[in-house]
Amino acid sequence: MPHYSHSYVVGIFEHPLRLAPDKSVAQLHAEVARGALADAGLAKSDIDGYFCAGDAPGIGPLSMVEYLGLNVQHVDSTDIGGSSPIRQVAAAARAIAAGKCNVALITTAGRPRAESAAPGALTENPDFPESGFELPYRPLLAASYAMCARRHMYDFGTTSEQLAWVKVAMSHHAQHNPNALLRNVVTTQDVLNSPLIADPLHKLDCCITTDGGGAIIVARKEISAELQRPRVRLRGAGEHIKYQRGSDVDLTSTAGVLSGQRAYAESGLSPADIKYLSTYDSFTITVLLAIEDLGFCAKGEGGRFVADGKLISGIGRLPVNTDGGGLCNNHPALRGGMTKVIEAVRQLRGEAHPAVQVKNCDLAIAHGTGGMLDRRHGCATIILERE
Amino acid sequence: MAEMTSPMPSPRETVETARFWQAAREGTLLYGSCRVCGNCHYYPRLACPFCLSDAVDWLPSRGMGEIYSYSIVRRATPPYVTAWVRLQEGITLFTNIVDCDAGALAIGTNVKLVFALSTDGHAIPVFTPIGPSFTLGSHAGST
Repeated sequence: MPHYSHSYVVGIFEHPLRLAPDKSVAQLHAEVARGALADAGLAKSDIDGYFCAGDAPGIGPLSMVEYLGLNVQHVDSTDIGGSSPIRQVAAAARAIAAGKCNVALITTAGRPRAESAAPGALTENPDFPESGFELPYRPLLAASYAMCARRHMYDFGTTSEQLAWVKVAMSHHAQHNPNALLRNVVTTQDVLNSPLIADPLHKLDCCITTDGGGAIIVARKEISAELQRPRVRLRGAGEHIKYQRGSDVDLTSTAGVLSGQRAYAESGLSPADIKYLSTYDSFTITVLLAIEDLGFCAKGEGGRFVADGKLISGIGRLPVNTDGGGLCNNHPALRGGMTKVIEAVRQLRGEAHPAVQVKNCDLAIAHGTGGMLDRRHGCATIILERE
Repeated sequence: MAEMTSPMPSPRETVETARFWQAAREGTLLYGSCRVCGNCHYYPRLACPFCLSDAVDWLPSRGMGEIYSYSIVRRATPPYVTAWVRLQEGITLFTNIVDCDAGALAIGTNVKLVFALSTDGHAIPVFTPIGPSFTLGSHAGST
């Protein structure tokens, strides 16, 4: 068993900007690192481990370690898409338990909005082994998720209105977040009336594109004990990569089935124990599938589970993405994993906005689904506990 | 060749995939079939993604199947259709549906293989509807 009790999440920071035309990507990484250090009450010289993913400019971690002037004895730039930072919280805890580092910094940052990058632009490399069999068909990220939604509707009777409830819940939360890009509360009818991007997904079923980012600091227990912040520890973690091989194609379940099972097994916990869920919301269907795959309801029942406000904090049975999520608040660098961890830590600390703070929030999940849902994607699940 | 209303990007051939594209030029869609574990796969490769054997045959498909799922990309001008098509051989592949009334498509729509030209003249396997829908498997829902 991993010795997660050795380490704690001690610092978090979400960049307040959603549009950053006057800042470089490296500068944004530095700003979120500075913010997380201040939140933790640590100094740059305390950092001896650095974790980043493909949004960090340069070869792996090399350029950013230099830019930030870090003195590190452990690095990890494993990229499994937008869920990478969630995986890296667990990777940092394992590195600390193994004695490889003591204070780990994880950063995500980018400026796709300032650069007018189309969502999904990350996927267009003609030298990937599958590219010859995909790029001619002009794959669009929204269509990738749309085909999963269509099949879910066909197999289980899920409706566009049920999907719209995911966006409605995020918008109810975002109205309380002064930094959220979209703070207006929307109705299911607003979602259904928005233009179709890729049937059956509408514009308001799709996440926003924002600049900025965030950072997390994970520290060894002895160090965290000296800090003045509420203590949040990792209870369990899981990751999985799912793909299609032609003869076993399945569009209605995700890698989250196994990443979730592994996290529950490590922690000895079950969905019934979880008070709050931060889950990747690149599209509304991403949330519905994650809720099923993490065991909050049976496969096929996600539509009914998310409908009628059941994801709204204070009203519903499972509060989800109380910051407004990627659908309304922030989806920096086209990657939603970082903000999922940050809001989960806020909830566990009792530092979420009072209007969305979950009562007695002692156990939370941060879950990510990154990549192209219909073809290949990576999921990471972590279960965090307030001590 | 089927008509796409806007040009298809060209694949970058590799030493591994050149044979696939040569077969496509000759009007054949190839898929992978492993002589060791017996599993079929797509996209075709020379290492079986089930057992990692190199004893992989690339077999010709009859090119008949049904839509497993699809999406009309309406953000594009003009719109186009991406789909997963399940072939009668049991292979399900990512592709486009062409020469169709997109609004009349459904999961289960019967389709056949045709080829469309990419910008540099590659023959790209795509599918087009043929007649009324039928269903290969059993499904909980209905169209």
